Amino acid sequence: MTEPPAAPLFPGLSPDERRLVEALRARDEDAFMELIDRYQAALVRVAMMYVGSRAVAEDVVAETWLGVLRGIDRFEGRSSLRTWIYRILTNTAKTRAQRERRSIPFASLGDGDDGPAVDPDRFLPPGDPAAGAWASPPRGWDGLPEATLLSAETRSVIDAAIDQLPPTQREVIRLRDVEGFSSAEVRALLELSETNQRVLLHRARSKVRAALERYLAEDTG
Amino acid sequence: MSVHAAPIACRELVELVTDYLEGALSPELHARFENHIAGCDGCTTYLAQMRETIRLTGTLREQQISPEARAALLQAFLGWASG
Repeated sequence: MTEPPAAPLFPGLSPDERRLVEALRARDEDAFMELIDRYQAALVRVAMMYVGSRAVAEDVVAETWLGVLRGIDRFEGRSSLRTWIYRILTNTAKTRAQRERRSIPFASLGDGDDGPAVDPDRFLPPGDPAAGAWASPPRGWDGLPEATLLSAETRSVIDAAIDQLPPTQREVIRLRDVEGFSSAEVRALLELSETNQRVLLHRARSKVRAALERYLAEDTG
Repeated sequence: MSVHAAPIACRELVELVTDYLEGALSPELHARFENHIAGCDGCTTYLAQMRETIRLTGTLREQQISPEARAALLQAFLGWASG
């Protein structure tokens, strides 16, 4: 073999992302539009976690794409392309939120002491021979038609429940369960420990489940 | 405190569900979790609801972008590429 081994360029990238980065560097507009189609909607949703309105969020995302273009020639690919894009997004969004004085004081970002996943009244009280067992167990959803579960109304219940979460829980569940990020990606993006990420996700999911249970109770009655 | 194999109460199990789904329980606790689930309808339903919650939350993902926004970004790209 006379050919030297391929340089370990972009160690954090999948072959698909490597293709996109190389095409972008070659000023290939199809690659850019492919990225746009892949991430635009998700980026807008994530930006809205930081800024007030959809219009400002779209602005932040447009600025993010310019940041991607300006940075792509220097991008080293140590993280995935997706993580890199989201990092530009969150930095841009934070700067914008500060400018608009919407930034939340750090102390209030702590999600504080949170209640348990399930209302304690649903379990048998201490002193009962079966203390801690279900007194009022959940009713299964498997009898519900898929059309009910996937209805616009059910989705808006989930959306509203997420909106009411403390900020960090909201970010974690949006990235993990709405956008489908891995735990490692979310940890890198939000600078959370593995345990912390899991605790936040647990609280967020538990509350969304509870909201769904309340809403679907009308149908499981 | 020593590790004991007392059964998990339902009230405790619901707090372990995410760790379970994330594969973050110790092998010992994982086994106790599954033992409990095997004999508890309430917790079996609860676990199914958490899985369903995750699935339904994933349906909030949408993939549309307005033609105007797309056109504006394409313009920005062309400006950058020629610059």
